[in-house]
Amino acid sequence: MPAKYISRDEAEAIARRTLAFTTADDARVNLQSATHGNTRFARNQVSTAGDAYDATLTVTTAFGKKTASATTNRFDEESLRSVVQTAERLARLVPEDPEYLGELGAQQYPRTSGYFESTANLTPEQRAAAVNAITRPAEAQGLISTGFLDIVTGSTAVATKKGLFAYDTSTVSNLTTTVRTPDGTGSGWAGGAANDWTRMNPAEMADRAIRKAQLSRNPRAVEPGKWTVILEPTAVANIVQLMAGSMDARQADEGRSFFSKAGGGNKIGEKFLDQRVTLVSDPASGIAPVSAFSNQGLPNRRMVWVENGVLRNLQYSRFWAQRQNREPTGFADGFEMAGGNSTIEEMIRSTERGLLVTRFWYIRAVDPRTILYTGLTRDGTFLIENGQITSAAKNLRWNESPIFMLNNVEAMSAPVRVSANESGDADGPVVVPAVKAHDFTFTSLSDAV
Amino acid sequence: MKRRDFLLQGGAAAAGLAAGSALLPRVLGAQPVREAWLADPATRELAMRAIDAARAAGATYADVRISRNRQQSLGTRERQITFFNDSDTYGFGVRVLASGAWGFAASRDVNAEEVVRVARQAVAQARANGAAMKRPIELAPTERFPDGKWSAPVQIDPFNVPIEEKVDLLLRANAEALKVQGARFVRSSMFFLKQEKSFASTEGSYLEQTYFRAYPSMNVTAVAPDFSDFQGRESTDIAPRGMGYEHVRDARLVENAGRWAQEAVAKLSAKAVQPGRYDLVLLPTHLWLTIHESIAHPTELDRIMGFEANYAGTSFVSPPADFLGKFRYGPEFMNIQGERSTPGTLSATGWDDEGVKPDEFLIVKNGVVNDLQTTREQAPWLADWYRQQGRPVRSHGNSYAQSWADVQFQRMPNVNLLPDPAKDTSVEELIAGVKDGILIDGDGSFSIDQQRYNAQFGGQVFKEIKDGKITGPLKDVAYQMRTPEFWNSMDAIGGRGTYFIGGSFFDGKGQPSQVNAVNHGSPAARFRRVNVINTGRKA
Repeated sequence: MPAKYISRDEAEAIARRTLAFTTADDARVNLQSATHGNTRFARNQVSTAGDAYDATLTVTTAFGKKTASATTNRFDEESLRSVVQTAERLARLVPEDPEYLGELGAQQYPRTSGYFESTANLTPEQRAAAVNAITRPAEAQGLISTGFLDIVTGSTAVATKKGLFAYDTSTVSNLTTTVRTPDGTGSGWAGGAANDWTRMNPAEMADRAIRKAQLSRNPRAVEPGKWTVILEPTAVANIVQLMAGSMDARQADEGRSFFSKAGGGNKIGEKFLDQRVTLVSDPASGIAPVSAFSNQGLPNRRMVWVENGVLRNLQYSRFWAQRQNREPTGFADGFEMAGGNSTIEEMIRSTERGLLVTRFWYIRAVDPRTILYTGLTRDGTFLIENGQITSAAKNLRWNESPIFMLNNVEAMSAPVRVSANESGDADGPVVVPAVKAHDFTFTSLSDAV
Repeated sequence: MKRRDFLLQGGAAAAGLAAGSALLPRVLGAQPVREAWLADPATRELAMRAIDAARAAGATYADVRISRNRQQSLGTRERQITFFNDSDTYGFGVRVLASGAWGFAASRDVNAEEVVRVARQAVAQARANGAAMKRPIELAPTERFPDGKWSAPVQIDPFNVPIEEKVDLLLRANAEALKVQGARFVRSSMFFLKQEKSFASTEGSYLEQTYFRAYPSMNVTAVAPDFSDFQGRESTDIAPRGMGYEHVRDARLVENAGRWAQEAVAKLSAKAVQPGRYDLVLLPTHLWLTIHESIAHPTELDRIMGFEANYAGTSFVSPPADFLGKFRYGPEFMNIQGERSTPGTLSATGWDDEGVKPDEFLIVKNGVVNDLQTTREQAPWLADWYRQQGRPVRSHGNSYAQSWADVQFQRMPNVNLLPDPAKDTSVEELIAGVKDGILIDGDGSFSIDQQRYNAQFGGQVFKEIKDGKITGPLKDVAYQMRTPEFWNSMDAIGGRGTYFIGGSFFDGKGQPSQVNAVNHGSPAARFRRVNVINTGRKA
């Protein structure tokens, strides 16, 4: 059975019915629907699996500059009327929001290409078969596989009383696996993400994770300190995506961000990363399409955030853009980073002493002044000596910032789409290269495998 | 961690519980349920219909959870409201065992046709999974509760408190913070949840439970006049609780706001810590999170057995037979309790999400691992240990799902470090025994490896201790530790007078990831010679 979600016609009808109930000066409806289908496995067999369908409608109403919202997941007439009444009641009671700009009228949106029938029609049986493509070879080699396949098929819509209507559909598939050795001394991870399920290759992921698990047995302790690292694309994504959360223009202008400028203002126009670093987001991207519009219905467009190491844009809300006399930027839910022409094998060959890192774990903010985070390596950390991998390395804790790391770039590979979310849940698209960087700061050793 | 998900999923409606048998025909028809809720026989009827459908489709076990969530979130910044949302959502999930495997399906369309369709879908799901099963699922026995009812002991339903009072309270708190020179930005918020949940199983239980949660909070940022530095203080000494609006009033945001602002400003000129080994006096506003990460998570049995290896990780407490009754986690006076009974806590419940009445149990007893967190599926894995102890094989009642749309699995109960029962040692007495140390108040940055050995914790407020006295503020402090050494370095523990219940709304685990709301009680405690690092760097 194909995944359930609300169609364009249904969404438009529900939005119209909802807006017809409101007497507010201004109103907006946000409508989201999705079927989440997932299959989880552990110890070489499926542990849990499920399919869940939900849809929610949030209506935001405003009387002058007094605004509030209410949410429901029931769309019968009475529920729609009731949710509007709740939003209106709350809006009348709250103080004016001096920053409220009113809702938008009709807009033009870019076309996105994030919906694929191959993903929307994937059945539980096909999901179980994909899992078997990992568990069977792992078991055949005496290893223990664990992992997660997450499929989301959904639609999102925005409508306003001023005539805006935006609708988009998307599908995402995300598959990750961790393969461990029975003696508990080795662990390897592989994963990937795609809007189009046919781009996923479970057998190849199994092969990668199995190989890493076998190679990572009996790791050697290395000393913490400044290391040359070769970060595989997933590790790069884990750390580079941390910048996005700090790229709010208002935060920078108000002195609460790495992007604040001493004395006032922000760092737009300043070179702050290695000149090879370029970061963009694009709703029309073939490999990493982000949503076509924001939750206010503002069109997303191709944005260049960082170009050749120079900060080109920060994220401007409608209010802050108006205040600062700039265009609002939207808030992309993913990004693409340009790469280089090196390969991981070449990076290893050119490294006298370094560490190859598969992925990072438990990444948490430490100091927003430098976008400093801490976390650990995990599931495939290897010591490189004289141009080759000589052993598995024990995992390490790092205290590092994407700002420092992306200033120390030595080489980059071609970019690829990765599963960048620690949880393995389907998430916004992230495309990054592998990166070789020097002086990456490790602060302590971990016994965890 | 998953605040966005929480905001989307919480929620649910308190109003309009009127209903009754007159509604039955409509409820059981294709129309969505409106007013019918816990006390309404129609809700029970729908649950039973799902159970019957699952059984008829071949399920050997089935449970259904129908839940209705009302949620309200309110946020401010300085002198204005930044968001105000009221959410009311509804749905159900059916979990089954068929062909020895689990299946789960859920839907927001709560009506007679859909509960049958979803129950059948869950069974089909289980059959698809069963084809690859090597070991069928076995469940520990549980009692039957045909008419169970439980409600959080709430004094003030937050959804009945006037909006104006909530707004006024937050804006007055913000104003107090902004009176402090150097405090430039302030945010404050309130989150409330009321969840009504019914549970039915093929084993004859039918349960009705009502939960409340409340979480007031504030964040103050101080900025140096020349924009050369900024420092924040979060109100982490106010924990989220399974309570009503009385928790917001007790939090005294207005009265505390000035102190939080002053503490943020003080960090601008505080001395940067010199890295090294220090004795630490950890207040329970901070220590609850260390307990959570380094004791509560590693003693989850699903993690220990490898079920979380792809995300939340495994545990150094593995295999259980090597640890139960043998492994010294900490000193003799260290007792760690799991419970879901303390009134007003986030994990408190009458029954868990598979109909088990939770018990209180000692995870660490006199410093040694004594028991582990279990569900019905997991308890049989410890059958040998329970037999040795002369105890029955039963779940501790640690099954939980964040919403009707998610499958339940093992989540921690409240996990508490018990205070010294013999002596009411004060924080001052703990400090008096420190020559060169740091006091940490409030939780800050936190990170731990996937087997729960290596951790790093920051905080909100750091104070230097010299020769038994606090001498001034510090900043850029974080300590790193290895779990067994850290807990064995604890040399003193506070008494009941230092006890505080911290906690989180957003403890993440599982795939798809779910959040669990949990509290941790703890006294203050002292640790010797812990590795402290300086986290400040120059951009």
